[in-house]
Amino acid sequence: MAHTEWKDAPGLPDFSLLKRLARDQLIFLLEQLPGKKDLFIDADLMSPLDRIANVTILKQHEVDKLYKVELKPIVNLVNADKVAGRFRRYKIIFTPQKFYACETVLEEQGVYGDVTTDEWNFYILPLDDDILSLELPEFFRDNFLEGDQRWVTTAGSALRLLQSVYGSFSKVYGIGRCAKMVYESWRELMEDGEQRTRQPEFAKVFLVDRDVDFVTPLCSQVVYEGLVDDLFRIKCGSVEFGPDVTSSDKSIKVMLNSQDKVFSEIRNEHFSNVFGFLSQKAKNLQTAYDKRRGMDIQQMKAFVADELKGLKQEHRLLSLHIGASESMMKKKTKQDFQELLKTEHSLLEGFEIRECITYIEEHINRQVSMIDSLRLLCLLSITENGLLSKDYRSLKAQYLQSYGIEHLLTFANLRQLGLLEEQQAGETLTVMESKVGKLVNDKTVGKLTDAFSSLAKKSNFRALSKRLALVPKSGEEYDLRVPRDMAYVFSGAYIPLSCKLIEQVLERDGWTGMEEVTRMLNGQEFAVTEARSKTDAQRIVLVMFLGGCTFSEISALRFLGKERGCRFIVVTTAITNSSRLLEALLDNSA
Amino acid sequence: KESKRAVNSILVDDDDDEEEEDGVERVSWSGEPVGSISWSVKETASSIRSGSEQSFPKIDTTPSLSKQGSGYSLSSLFKGDLYDLSPEETVRRMQKGRAFSLEKFRSLQDKLLLLDEAVAVYDGNLITAVLIYLKKSLSKEILFRELMARDVALRHYVHYLKEMGEQKLLVELMKALGRTEDMALMQYKEHLNIKDEGQRRDFLKSCLGLPFSQDDATHVQDHYTLLERQIIIEADAEIFKKFPRKASILNMPIITTLYYSCFYHYGESEGTYSSPENIRKTFRISEKQYILTALGARAKLKSWFDVDSLFNTKNWLGYTKKRSPIGFHRVVDILQKNSAPVNVLQEYVNLIDSPELKLSVALKYKCHDIVINTYRDLKDRQELVVYREKLERDSPEYRKIQELLNNVQIRWKN
Repeated sequence: MAHTEWKDAPGLPDFSLLKRLARDQLIFLLEQLPGKKDLFIDADLMSPLDRIANVTILKQHEVDKLYKVELKPIVNLVNADKVAGRFRRYKIIFTPQKFYACETVLEEQGVYGDVTTDEWNFYILPLDDDILSLELPEFFRDNFLEGDQRWVTTAGSALRLLQSVYGSFSKVYGIGRCAKMVYESWRELMEDGEQRTRQPEFAKVFLVDRDVDFVTPLCSQVVYEGLVDDLFRIKCGSVEFGPDVTSSDKSIKVMLNSQDKVFSEIRNEHFSNVFGFLSQKAKNLQTAYDKRRGMDIQQMKAFVADELKGLKQEHRLLSLHIGASESMMKKKTKQDFQELLKTEHSLLEGFEIRECITYIEEHINRQVSMIDSLRLLCLLSITENGLLSKDYRSLKAQYLQSYGIEHLLTFANLRQLGLLEEQQAGETLTVMESKVGKLVNDKTVGKLTDAFSSLAKKSNFRALSKRLALVPKSGEEYDLRVPRDMAYVFSGAYIPLSCKLIEQVLERDGWTGMEEVTRMLNGQEFAVTEARSKTDAQRIVLVMFLGGCTFSEISALRFLGKERGCRFIVVTTAITNSSRLLEALLDNSA
Repeated sequence: KESKRAVNSILVDDDDDEEEEDGVERVSWSGEPVGSISWSVKETASSIRSGSEQSFPKIDTTPSLSKQGSGYSLSSLFKGDLYDLSPEETVRRMQKGRAFSLEKFRSLQDKLLLLDEAVAVYDGNLITAVLIYLKKSLSKEILFRELMARDVALRHYVHYLKEMGEQKLLVELMKALGRTEDMALMQYKEHLNIKDEGQRRDFLKSCLGLPFSQDDATHVQDHYTLLERQIIIEADAEIFKKFPRKASILNMPIITTLYYSCFYHYGESEGTYSSPENIRKTFRISEKQYILTALGARAKLKSWFDVDSLFNTKNWLGYTKKRSPIGFHRVVDILQKNSAPVNVLQEYVNLIDSPELKLSVALKYKCHDIVINTYRDLKDRQELVVYREKLERDSPEYRKIQELLNNVQIRWKN
């Protein structure tokens, strides 16, 4: 039941190299300013920085005091000092890169001459053996909502970094407007640099835009790691568990990765399997402890020396995860999770939509949760290709009544992204397709509103779902204990679209035979062969999610990897889930 | 639960210092791992508070984004000789992070070439850099005109203006583009920056004429009306000091305001702004929503009589009948959450239409009489026997079941 390593799994590249590179670079920058210094760290940067260079290392390089910066009032700080007649030297280190707009602000505020600036090209933070993150949650909103391409070269640079450390990629596949730009940007960067001839560790790369598949991140997660993220918010690979989990009056911060032996066995499991697994483990643990009873002094000494530490460690982790599971169960029953899942599954299937709408309406009326109500509305809109005009207006009005009228700004954002919209009159599939085709080709002056709305995806989920068999037939029993396909990450109700696309493209080594599908996804697919490579490298595939990736997708890819005999390395601009995705689009506060 | 007990009961004899040895992470009182950066930051902060270090200037947290453009030029970034570079070459230099000068591009044609080249390499940072230069060296009319034909550049410009807080210019741009609804929304958004409720109300009033879509115009009107009334209600409550209020209703959503009103002003005449009836009418609240909210409020106050009246309607014969736009099972849920006594609960459980649902709810909330009656009606002897075992020996329900079981006239199906 637990997914343990299979025997001939290809070895993973050592990503700690990336950490060391980043750390060395930072140290180099710090040493540019000799002598004692105080370090001010942007709040968002604190966790990633901690993973790269902890306090000890910083102190070794003459860092004296550390401060957290919540907003960005560096300019005020410098100006205040000037006014007070205090003289200090300032260095601003931008990471992962410096933007010209920032320099403009420095200049306009009159402090440009008082500071030196540097870039710390900290592109990639390894979160685990097979997860690499750019830690850029802002990527999603900047790129997809605002249409700002500032992070395209950042993503391209991350790819270049990977290539220079781990060898050339031989094949690149991708889908999405941003994926294409990142690819081009990366190619441009590679042209200038030196060519490495070392053997590649991974040969295939897949780039995918978040907006190719909005459905997946909007679904409630039911694999253990996904649930922990949804309920407790995993940040930079670690999570804070409160008193209700630790059964004490203290909170505790825990790293969640493959080092945690208990966690690594349950992380990809459907939550219905988790309790059973944990109790079995607890029993085994008890048996192991009980071994002591029959021991003599010699054996006891050996036991204490070798095994006890490991057992205690396991004991600690076990109680933690059992506590977490119980807390999750409590929260979920309170929110009537089963009914919620039922509604989501109905939406995915396209079944009893009126009842779903009634459920959503009541969810809004009861003011259950601002984000969840929005999530359900978006899921309804995407799966149904937009809401009927009367439903859109009625549900929007009720939402504004329940959660605040200022949310009409949020609705405008969602509409622009195509996450929550009205069906246009007379919008049959053929009409839409021809419209979309026209947008892609038409660049003439005057198509202003079209230019902006062309950022939005118009895809037909139902048709896609049918074509790719994303929703298994209901009526057939789905055994979650022995999952037969990636749909298990959503209780057998739905195979993540993004992962299905990856599966299909890898199988076909390209997009041949998928013309209908790519058309429904607005095109922008590509497949390029860069060079030849040895066969073993074929077994490791890098998947880069532009705009965020969920733990459910990571679990699904791990499953897919086992099925196909390969390993997936997930590179993402940030880990995301439905809450983070929607919170990035809220515009209800200053 | 079993697993938890199992884990906690595991006996460990050797209770020596487990801290460092088994690789357990040492955690400070705040829950942060000792030696981590967040721990170190907190330590620094607390040592400052205790006054042991020299005081540091207070960090002003107001955002420092510029609002007015001043005489800005990118040539200050430029160090070295003037290269005779074309727009394409300049963009290449920018990509490589090398020094460059945009100032030498003075003709409109060159400037546009620069912009188009930056767009062609997909780099948002460069596109914005060029736009910053164009903003200073072109009149806004010319710039707007040129941007209209370049949607990627336009998006970057809009985003830049948003980030820099250049509200006035943004509005002008939207107007020039004919994006009137977006313009209206952008202006409306400014209300979020106004803290004082009176000023915010006045600002919202000034938004009323803006070119919103028809639906949004109604919503903004509601927003103004709502805030206006909230201010009045708060003021009245303050004057009369009648009600102990935990929190202000200012800027709360309509439904929250309705809830507050059902809580503190229930039964007031429709004439006052604070009455539930007034709020219901003014904001066109659906019957379903109204009943849900009123139910929640009156149940919290345990006013079972008020709850009862909510569902009374007269049918055409003049008889009072109970009706609910939300399922009675939902009503029961809400009552139960507010600790309604069993006899009240039972009354509503009885009103549930579907027999299966009624039974499951009755079982869930232990409405014994209903369960018993249902099994009796279903003539299910076995279930009655099973259920009897869950009851107290001498309770009236237990005896009721006994009586039923002993009743020879009932033709049980099992």
